[in-house]
Amino acid sequence: MIQLFKMALRDLGRNRRRSFFSSLALAIGLALLLLMASFINGEMSGAMDATIRLQSGHLQVRAESYDMNKTSLKWEDLVANPDQVAAQVATLAPVKAASPRLFASGIISVGDESAGVRVFGIDPASEANAPYRDGLISGDFLIPSDRQGVLIGEPLAKKLDLKPGDQINISVNTSNGDVDEQLFFVRGIYTTETSGFDKSTIFMPLAKAQTITQTENHASTIFVLLKDTQQTGAVASALRSSNYKVLTWMQMNEVIVQFEDLANSYMVIFYLIILGITATVIINTLIMAVFERTREIGILSAIGMKSRRILAMFLAESTLLAVGGIIMGLILGLLVTAYFERYGFHIGDYGTTADLLIGNTIYAKLRMDDTVNLSVLALIVTLLAGLYPAVLASRMEPVDALRAGQ
Amino acid sequence: MEVTKIENVTRTFKLGNLETQALRGVSLSIESGEFTALVGPSGSGKTTLLQLIGCLDQPTSGHVYVNGTDVSKLNRNQRADMRRGTIGFIFQFFALIPTLTAYENIEMPLLLNGYNASERRERVTELLQAVDLADRANHRPDQLSGGEQQRVAIARALAPKPALILADEPTANLDTPNGKQVMETMTRLNQETGVTFVFATHDPRVIQYARRVITLRDGVIVENHEAEEISMGV
Repeated sequence: MIQLFKMALRDLGRNRRRSFFSSLALAIGLALLLLMASFINGEMSGAMDATIRLQSGHLQVRAESYDMNKTSLKWEDLVANPDQVAAQVATLAPVKAASPRLFASGIISVGDESAGVRVFGIDPASEANAPYRDGLISGDFLIPSDRQGVLIGEPLAKKLDLKPGDQINISVNTSNGDVDEQLFFVRGIYTTETSGFDKSTIFMPLAKAQTITQTENHASTIFVLLKDTQQTGAVASALRSSNYKVLTWMQMNEVIVQFEDLANSYMVIFYLIILGITATVIINTLIMAVFERTREIGILSAIGMKSRRILAMFLAESTLLAVGGIIMGLILGLLVTAYFERYGFHIGDYGTTADLLIGNTIYAKLRMDDTVNLSVLALIVTLLAGLYPAVLASRMEPVDALRAGQ
Repeated sequence: MEVTKIENVTRTFKLGNLETQALRGVSLSIESGEFTALVGPSGSGKTTLLQLIGCLDQPTSGHVYVNGTDVSKLNRNQRADMRRGTIGFIFQFFALIPTLTAYENIEMPLLLNGYNASERRERVTELLQAVDLADRANHRPDQLSGGEQQRVAIARALAPKPALILADEPTANLDTPNGKQVMETMTRLNQETGVTFVFATHDPRVIQYARRVITLRDGVIVENHEAEEISMGV
């Protein structure tokens, strides 16, 4: 076996440049696969993280009849005495924060400009709203007693040319089906680095939101963040009661899970395309080697080397090409993904639907299982690619092989 | 003892629709220890006959026996097995593996025959001395002269102690002094080891070393003489 690899190494060394570039093709292919896998991972985990942090939380407690899509404001569809319910939820040890939120549809208008928005009535003091507070880029954050202040996202502020202190009109639906319009002031401008969310969401204190929507002491949901995502199921079970329904982040974000499955399916096709191209380079290199060394194959066969061993000799060469390529590919891939893990890849406003929040920057996230799986896949594909030239060599009739080149 | 026997062998090659009969019913027997030349002009069937005896090719009809075994019907791997331990080859072109040193080229058939490391070392050293190339052991073929390469090929052919060595025009690509040295080496090893040598040639300087000369023309044996008769004839 050692002799076999020794010979294979020397044979590859005959045309070092060609062998190097063949391995490099594999290396670039593998590096590209690692980068793509890390982007998909980064994108998906980033989207899930953003959605949980900004929109769904780990859990939500809602009235049984509440329909998120209709943004209902009828009292019977809402959680009554939400502060009490939130306080009860917060007593559970795994809960990091529990805060009532009221959702309403609205239209913001400034002069001739207007835009449809989702109005979030929040408890400004709650830790659950830290991402908005931390994302404040100008002005002040809301305080619970503020009766005229709203927080708007950066893209919306840019679109309507607003800055803190500016006056705006906001029309919202009310619980009895009417529309109420009031004057507000932009208190602050925030960014969550997720344009899809920022351009359509404005915040006001819960008390003010309840007043304008006439949903006195009611909230659409109790937004719950946990200390550990793994505890979701346990906490959901503990919270279940006949009065409310408890939704987990998985139930609320089915679209992301489906999107991830879809992305993974597409990725398999991309993997196969890239590895297919790489395999072609390897096949080409080894076929050239077989034809160049036909006479040598004849000599080895003449001195008694069996077909199986000739096959093994060429497979050893493809194994060495593969190992060299995979090592180079891992180094290259890890360096490139490390760069994008740190600095990310700016995609701008991509996540435009309310169900799927994708940040403006995707940070690559390379998983160990992807690294191992893709390396093994690259090895298998290269060995399969090497099989055809190896079989070609092993099936040569010695008498024909010896005649070659004479 | 008979090393090889050929019975009424024919070999036809097909090139498209064209059929060429390289051998047209050849029968022959070669005894152990012989030093025999196959002579004849190009296209007379010398190489084809060597390839059939050497289990590199199979006859269209007839039988080829090596050490009493009918090799005509053996499959590819069985023929490889037969070649590995029984038959050594020396080719016209210096058929060494270019990436291996002289030592490793000689070692190769021993590896294939399952010799262990110390047996291999002992045998290769012995053979390098036998062909006067002990000081060239670590040279690759491109660092050796044509004559030296052919002597490495002789040592490689002898390595697994075969019953029969087949040489196809072993001196065709060598100048006279190197050709002479190669033939003298082959003669000496034939006498020292008793291994049978059959070589194809059309070089009269080489024929003179043979103790038996078989002449082929158009795929048939036209003469089969002991050396003295030839010498007298020359």
